[in-house]
Amino acid sequence: MRKQKLVLIGNGMAGVRTIEELLKLDSDLYDITIFGAEPHPNYNRILLSPVLAGEQTLEQIVLNDLDWYQSNGIHLHLNKKVVKIDRKERTVTTDDGIVESYDKLLLATGSMPFILPVPGNNLPGVIAYRDIKDTNEMIDVATRYKNAVVIGGGLLGLEAANGLALRGMSVTVIHLASWLMERQLDQVAADLLQSSLEEKGLRFLLSTSTEAILPNAAGDRVGSIRFKGGLEIPADLVVMAAGIKPNTALAESAGLYCNRGIVVNDTMQTFDPRVYAVGECANHRGIAYGLVAPLFEQAKVCANHLAEIGISVYNGSVTSTKLKVTGVDLFSTGKFMGGEGTEEITLADPIGGVYKKLVIQDDRLVGACMFGDTSDSTWYFKLMRDAKNISEIRDSLMFGESNIGDVGHQGHNKIAGMNDADEVCGCNGISKGAIVKAIREQGLFTLDEVKKCTKASSSCGSCTGLVEQVLMNVLGTDYSATPRKKSICGCSEHSHEEIREAIRSKHLISQDQVRAELAWRTPNGCATCRPALNYYLISTWPHEAQDDPQSRFINERAHANIQKDGTYSVIPRMFGGLTTPAELRRIADVAEKYKVPTVKVTGGQRIDLLGIKKDDLPAVWKELDMPSGHAYGKSIRTVKTCVGDEHCRFGTQSSMKMGVDLERMLFGMYAPHKVKLAVSGCPRNCAEAGIKDVGIIGVDSGWELYIGGNGGIKTEVAEFLCKVKTDEEVREYSGAFLQLYREEAWYLDRTVHYLARVGMEYIKQKIVEDTQSRKALYERLLFDLKDAPDPWKDFERAGVDIRQFKSIPIIEENHAK
Amino acid sequence: MPNNVDSVLWKKILPVEDIPVMGARVLQAEVGPIAIFRNAQDEVFAILDECPHKGGPLSQGIVHGKSVTCPLHAWNIDLSTGCALEPDVGCAKAFMLKVDAGNVYLNLEEIKAPHA
Repeated sequence: MRKQKLVLIGNGMAGVRTIEELLKLDSDLYDITIFGAEPHPNYNRILLSPVLAGEQTLEQIVLNDLDWYQSNGIHLHLNKKVVKIDRKERTVTTDDGIVESYDKLLLATGSMPFILPVPGNNLPGVIAYRDIKDTNEMIDVATRYKNAVVIGGGLLGLEAANGLALRGMSVTVIHLASWLMERQLDQVAADLLQSSLEEKGLRFLLSTSTEAILPNAAGDRVGSIRFKGGLEIPADLVVMAAGIKPNTALAESAGLYCNRGIVVNDTMQTFDPRVYAVGECANHRGIAYGLVAPLFEQAKVCANHLAEIGISVYNGSVTSTKLKVTGVDLFSTGKFMGGEGTEEITLADPIGGVYKKLVIQDDRLVGACMFGDTSDSTWYFKLMRDAKNISEIRDSLMFGESNIGDVGHQGHNKIAGMNDADEVCGCNGISKGAIVKAIREQGLFTLDEVKKCTKASSSCGSCTGLVEQVLMNVLGTDYSATPRKKSICGCSEHSHEEIREAIRSKHLISQDQVRAELAWRTPNGCATCRPALNYYLISTWPHEAQDDPQSRFINERAHANIQKDGTYSVIPRMFGGLTTPAELRRIADVAEKYKVPTVKVTGGQRIDLLGIKKDDLPAVWKELDMPSGHAYGKSIRTVKTCVGDEHCRFGTQSSMKMGVDLERMLFGMYAPHKVKLAVSGCPRNCAEAGIKDVGIIGVDSGWELYIGGNGGIKTEVAEFLCKVKTDEEVREYSGAFLQLYREEAWYLDRTVHYLARVGMEYIKQKIVEDTQSRKALYERLLFDLKDAPDPWKDFERAGVDIRQFKSIPIIEENHAK
Repeated sequence: MPNNVDSVLWKKILPVEDIPVMGARVLQAEVGPIAIFRNAQDEVFAILDECPHKGGPLSQGIVHGKSVTCPLHAWNIDLSTGCALEPDVGCAKAFMLKVDAGNVYLNLEEIKAPHA
């Protein structure tokens, strides 16, 4: 079959990104031709400012070199302007007469600078600031002339002005509005910005409009600029940075519907179904985006449709602004000006040069504007994008993430304060400097790209926030934030939430059904989605959906914990941390007989036998003759207890008995992640119940229940849920909470993550206030756990494939040819 | 590998059905442990049971498509070549294999200790 022909007009970031995404999905579908008006391969346009400022070179900002086009079989026409699209014949024509036919056409023509309609605007020395040519011209002019005027005190204008000043020019910025960056900053922040730029030597003329640009004495180039009111200043260079407009001339001439951009639907398709548009030239739901993050989201969606998968939609983007001027920290996003129905929290220290404003509406952060200290900007942006209810953290919201107890690896929470040599990713040993280098040199934009290239944040994930901060600091505005809806993995478009919902509402009971129903891209998933699907199925439809051991991580398949040398560790269960001399004797015998190299007491009050060969596991279990400790699973681990009132002189409750009862009740309980409980017999809390998923503390009049604690990557103190009187109530309330977590959390979320997502109020409502809901949850838990098999004893019912414990015997005879 | 497949001395290892679907069995051969995989399409693959990253037992990983994910640090290995998928680099040795009448055969020469 003849390949279809895809033509891309516009060899810039949005267009080429779309091609890259398309090649990832299907590299054989199209014969691809790209037309670019510039003589360069695709480069990172947003890094022109650092190039102008002399902080980076042009070579460093190339994103796709010529080899890339060649090795992907793309026909590239540089320096060619497409002047005509014939939609009937389906051809495009360049200014020098090349005609190319297409089956699908992608328009990524970008935007045009807005050139002020004043006399003299076409004099030599009057330029815009859009591409490499402009940048080179500015660099060149700076070596020969003195006075520069930048028209426009927005993001682009200020970056141009800063660059020219660093190259030794005397720069004046002309701005029509009464403060700088009025579309991104309020006046207080803008004034601070202005003074800090004035310290760098820039001059400003605000509320000023240009009347004419005048030639020099020789009449061969610009010489001065005159404003309304008569003021005239010398100008050897005038940079127009007064805004951009979508470049739609070609599309309009082809009769495509345009209205402040080429109008596209949610699949980035124009009014002609064969023609797509992405990037600054496109108008999506009334917005033409000029930042790179939204463009990349559009590219992904567009590629999905070009690849004829056709299941992806673009819903618009939340954007933020950061100025790329070294030494100036500024951030703004959302409704930073406030407005009706909004409340503002501000912190202003004009002398210290710090200003922060947070705009809140209906208990949600809807905008922020910060100057001087932007270290928490990533966090605010995330709160806003996720529309998180902030009522509970409102008091300390202004003081940043570090003040609400969310401290990252090694106590670092602010990347700005870290040195290049400081480690960001502790699992893989990746320093801040290495991440910055990779982002700069390899042109990375997203967290996923950083993960892929550097391995940072690809293991335990606790440094994700730090890596996002690095991205934001390096890329500024162009940081492509992780989309709010995260798909479960590369196999599917769907989020955990959508998958759980589909399994429940459509009564899906097998992975094949889920994959068919939700249009999975892979035949049998991957190591990320399979364990999640398996858990969702068996937890939603217990005793109905079949457990699939092959979709479980090896630990839950071999029922022991794999070690780095491929041996396993075995931890028998000791309910409530209690054991007997007979058990200890058996453990000692097994340790000697199987030459166990290490015997260790665990943090969960039991004994770990480390270094057991896989083939020995069944025999070890048999000789131990103790229940599986499930120390290897996303499951109930232990219930830690203190001695309690049986022996302790301070004890007020029987914590050991309570612990044993709970651990027996929860035996065999699989969950989104591991689950740990603790029971203390008095408020001295020797069992450390404050850092457990469910912590129970005995008081004289009953028991206090705490939930969502965690002693792991980030230490989290459990929150008080309620106080109950009887032992049966402890089981019912704890069980109901754990069942709620089992039914609603995303796979691999601990209770602390689940709690953070749904909020304590919701949990209290479901568990404490609504008796019926609590009893129903508790019943469902008990139903699920009824007759839970012991995987160390009941291989058949627990689905343990015992073939895995036997190496293949060599069959001696029979050398077949 | 010998150039002429006809001259290979094939050694019968085990019936395909003795390998769990989307799972693996391990042969302790002279050359080292060989993981013999069976995927959902009943295709069979044999590669050295040592991940090119840190030697993890690939036989214990989750099998999907024509790949396995190493249980230690989640590298994805292409079962047909033994090589790591992007972005990781490195290969575990892949072994010649044939399936005849429901039995898996490996090349006797290959599974013996490597020549010095």
